[in-house]
Amino acid sequence: MSDLKKIRDEFISKLKGKLDLSEINQIKSDLFGKSGLVSSQFKKIGTIVESERKKFASDLNVIKDELQDLINSKINEVKNAEINKKLDREKIDITLPERPFVRGKIHPVSQTIDEISSIFSEIGFSVEEGPDVENEYNNFTALNTPDNHPARDMHDTFYLDEKKQKLLRTHTSPVQIRTMLKDKPPFKIIAPGRTYRSDSDQTHAPMFHQVEGLHIDKNINMGHLKGCLNHLIKEFFEVDKIKMRFRPSHFPFTEPSAEVDIGYEMKDGKIIIGEGDQWLEILGCGMVHPNVLKNVKVDPIKFQGYAFGIGIDRLAMLKYGINDLRAFFDCDYRWLNHFGFDPLDVPTNYRGLSR
Amino acid sequence: MKITFDWLQDHLKTNLKEKHLLKQLTNIGLEVESVDSLSSDNKAFKIAKIVKTEKHPNADRLKVCDVDVGEKEFKKVVCGAANARKGLITIYAPPGATIPKTKTKLVVAKIRDVTSYGMLCSESELNLSDESDGITELSTKFEKSIGKNFFAKSKSNLIDLSITPNRPDCLGFRGIARDLAASGFGKLLELKEKKIKSITKQTLKIKIIKEKNQGCTAFGSCLITNVKNTESPQWLKNKLISVGQKPISAIVDITNYVMLDINRPLHAYDADKIEKSIIVRNSNPGEKFTALDNKDYKLEKNMCVISDQKGVLGLGGIIGGIRSGTELDTKNILLESAYFEPRSIRNTSKKLNLDTDAKFRFERGIDPLSIKAGLNKAASLIKEICGGKISKIDVQKIETHKTQIVKFDTNLFEKISGFKISVKEMIKILEDLGFKCKKEKKYLKLTVPSWRPDISQEIDIVEELVRISGFDKIKIIPPIKERTKPTLTQTQKMFHFLQRAIASKGYLEAITWSFTDSNYNDYFKQTKKEIKIINPISSELGVLRSSIFSNLIMYMSKNLDRGFRDLSIFEIGPVFFGSSPGEQTTVVCGLSSGKKSRLSWIDKERDVDVFDVKRDVVQTLIEAGYNSDKFFIDDDTPNYYHPGKSGRIFLNKDKDQVAAYFGEIHPNILKKIDIKIDTLIGFEIFLEHLKFSKKTLNDQKSKFTTSDFQKSERDFAFIVNKDVKAQDLINAISGVDQKLISNIKVFDVYEGENIPDNQKSIAINLTIQSLEKTLNDSDLEKINKLIIETVENKTGAKIRS
Repeated sequence: MSDLKKIRDEFISKLKGKLDLSEINQIKSDLFGKSGLVSSQFKKIGTIVESERKKFASDLNVIKDELQDLINSKINEVKNAEINKKLDREKIDITLPERPFVRGKIHPVSQTIDEISSIFSEIGFSVEEGPDVENEYNNFTALNTPDNHPARDMHDTFYLDEKKQKLLRTHTSPVQIRTMLKDKPPFKIIAPGRTYRSDSDQTHAPMFHQVEGLHIDKNINMGHLKGCLNHLIKEFFEVDKIKMRFRPSHFPFTEPSAEVDIGYEMKDGKIIIGEGDQWLEILGCGMVHPNVLKNVKVDPIKFQGYAFGIGIDRLAMLKYGINDLRAFFDCDYRWLNHFGFDPLDVPTNYRGLSR
Repeated sequence: MKITFDWLQDHLKTNLKEKHLLKQLTNIGLEVESVDSLSSDNKAFKIAKIVKTEKHPNADRLKVCDVDVGEKEFKKVVCGAANARKGLITIYAPPGATIPKTKTKLVVAKIRDVTSYGMLCSESELNLSDESDGITELSTKFEKSIGKNFFAKSKSNLIDLSITPNRPDCLGFRGIARDLAASGFGKLLELKEKKIKSITKQTLKIKIIKEKNQGCTAFGSCLITNVKNTESPQWLKNKLISVGQKPISAIVDITNYVMLDINRPLHAYDADKIEKSIIVRNSNPGEKFTALDNKDYKLEKNMCVISDQKGVLGLGGIIGGIRSGTELDTKNILLESAYFEPRSIRNTSKKLNLDTDAKFRFERGIDPLSIKAGLNKAASLIKEICGGKISKIDVQKIETHKTQIVKFDTNLFEKISGFKISVKEMIKILEDLGFKCKKEKKYLKLTVPSWRPDISQEIDIVEELVRISGFDKIKIIPPIKERTKPTLTQTQKMFHFLQRAIASKGYLEAITWSFTDSNYNDYFKQTKKEIKIINPISSELGVLRSSIFSNLIMYMSKNLDRGFRDLSIFEIGPVFFGSSPGEQTTVVCGLSSGKKSRLSWIDKERDVDVFDVKRDVVQTLIEAGYNSDKFFIDDDTPNYYHPGKSGRIFLNKDKDQVAAYFGEIHPNILKKIDIKIDTLIGFEIFLEHLKFSKKTLNDQKSKFTTSDFQKSERDFAFIVNKDVKAQDLINAISGVDQKLISNIKVFDVYEGENIPDNQKSIAINLTIQSLEKTLNDSDLEKINKLIIETVENKTGAKIRS
């Protein structure tokens, strides 16, 4: 047996044994160190007779590669075993709770306002606002509801002075007046906001929310009104089919006036919108009364259009199955957390109103 | 307005069914509020008499009554009403009956160990009136009806209509029938008016004083002598009961019947109790009278009163007086049918806080031409039922009714409604509603019926035509999806942004009232004016809020009571600084309480602190687009914050308007309002104080540049006087060279050992990097020196060696 073969066999059998990293390194240096066994063989190449030299060199290289590969793989093996051992030691109970976090929520009324704004944005309405404190003129008189009109009885008004000149707005309609006084027609606005009536029981709160709508242009008729509200209701409730009923009514500031009902049915204690043969009143609307237009210096011969007012809280209750209006304003942690929306859930046209 | 289909058919001939009626009423704007099927249960309620009462052995307030219900044996009924007494004729409901008001079904029940068979009913429980004080009292005239059904057999249901205030004519069956007929629901029957044929003069002198603010413009009357007031005949009682009215006596019942039937309120006086003559005049301040509701009223000036020589008899069109009221022994009657101005009625009733059926009708406008028709109808019925002799009708007037004419351009209809109907159709509808129509070229000249005070211009005619032709004829025109103007203004965008930015930091959004308790408000209003609500729903909600804190703290406290200690809530909404429109600002206000990481296995539990809330506010402002490098913060805050643990933020060093406050709520306030909490940290961001750049956020961004040259981090520790702010140090450093120095961080603040009293050490880490080259040691050394020099000069600091 040649020296080479001997070295090979000896070390391969050594490397097959159980070794730690330092033992492997020792073998490595025994073989490939400066005076290592393999290194010495390379030095010998010059002394070999020429006829055998080529074969010897070639055999030596094969053995060198074989041993080196084996050493490397052995090193990897040992290192891996060490890492695995370490990982094993580091194992934790991953079912323990994550670090504490808190989650904020958006109030359902705010979410509903954003949903409504998103719907109206798509059809070209912009958002207007008005103050919560109004004067008697904007809240009533300019809206064709003169003093001593019985319609004023339908609005239980909070007053801020004895003369009853300043009050908390009873509806968002004064924003119509402010908008039309400020600008020139056409007008195409919605105005969401807080409204107040001195009324408080299970179904009434002294403060609630409305969204006003106003579209005044040259040829806006009741068909446009119907189309607009039909669009709103379908989009808002995110249903394809909607049963809607326009029913004549009376508001001093619109004529003709209508109330709008939507069809629903109760299934397992939940309201299903758009089906069934029950009717639920959701809004009031009509063509803006010529007297109102005159009051804001808009020529009722040239311009006409519609207005509507919707109870936002009511819409939110219907869409999200909330049955107690008072709870909206009660600030109960459990309620806010249950009915609130994640702040990242911003209603938009492209991603839809709700998940 | 409560109606039945039966009664309606006195005026309307139709083959249609009640279910069609309900639909049609709503379709033409006479909204059906509710339909009560009393009929099935009607038979249960009997006229009954209490024959004996005994005190309940186990309850002071209860009585055990023996009740005669027309059967062999008396029924034992336990009753709690104060007016339950021997001899009282009332209404009995047996076990099994369903109470109309509450819809509860009666059962035989033991009430404190005494078995009660049925119940004696109040008027309110039977939906007869709102009277819930005690059980129904029927007059002795019902003695002979004991055991009989109280409610007449009725084929039709009780339909409750919600009549809008513009339609006084529909407060009577006639008006409703007319509308229905015009809409094609049957045919309106001719009124069979019985004219009084009398040659006797009305001898009682009536005078309407012509004076300013006179609320009565016409007063019609007739005398009926020698009547015998009695119980109404069954048909009349049935009619009234069918619409939920309690029969009283023939004369009262007849006036009620005429009022309900043709919306013509009448008033019957006992003519013998009138002193000489009737004078219709304005009241004098301080005048008093006792009304039929048994209450005394003290009048102000200019209220329309019906008086005689002795004084006030009643308030015209609102309520009569006790002194001249009819009673069972009344012999001679003066029947009044007048016209009162809605404005006057409303003023008076508002001032006296008096609401009556007559007032409700007169303030909406009674048909001024119905005076005689009302007298004719009522007087003939009185004669028929009570006998007597009727005088001629006397009508005093100070104004004649002016007929309203409207010139109607028929094109307006389509322009407003968006659909077409023929002029012929228009005329048909309007004539059915009582208009007189005359075609004049482009126009229709329309004479408005006297019972329609709501119609005065063309648009009113359009409404009638749309209403009667049906709203379902209006075509749907889908909206165009086109936007010409931005939906939101910059401020509105900011509102929405702040709302969601705060919520995303763990705050629950609350919406609380815009009003609050003045006691709470006082803590937060500072020098702002208190804005009182004149008529609050309760004293705890008596003022407009000067700050959102008052409500938030109240609700925070309620949540604590519910057991939620670690809580962050916020509200975005108005606060008020004056009582004029516009004297309000929008504030984002938040509160954070309790602990961070309570009961966490991994993180250390600690109290929420000012720097948590400061982070929320600063982060929000940065997210909203403001540059934190420009912020200026100091500790000058309102007195409801802890003076040492609060701050205010300006968006720039000009300090023009406070963008936000944050800090601990003053411990004294927590103590005073007795909230069981250790820490409560709040903040306020003022939406209107946030300046908006004219540029978009995109345009505001500078050119994107980065440096790949080597950067080096340096630490400095400065010793400064305690009153020196970290902000001063940071400002001084960033002022040295903004191009080179970035990422300035305070990583330690230390007081105590090795540091002189009244001083502290602030340790700062920063990054030095050039955009142009790799800085060599001497460059860095130069900057180091410059930083130390500048800080020492500007703040009096000393570098810690």
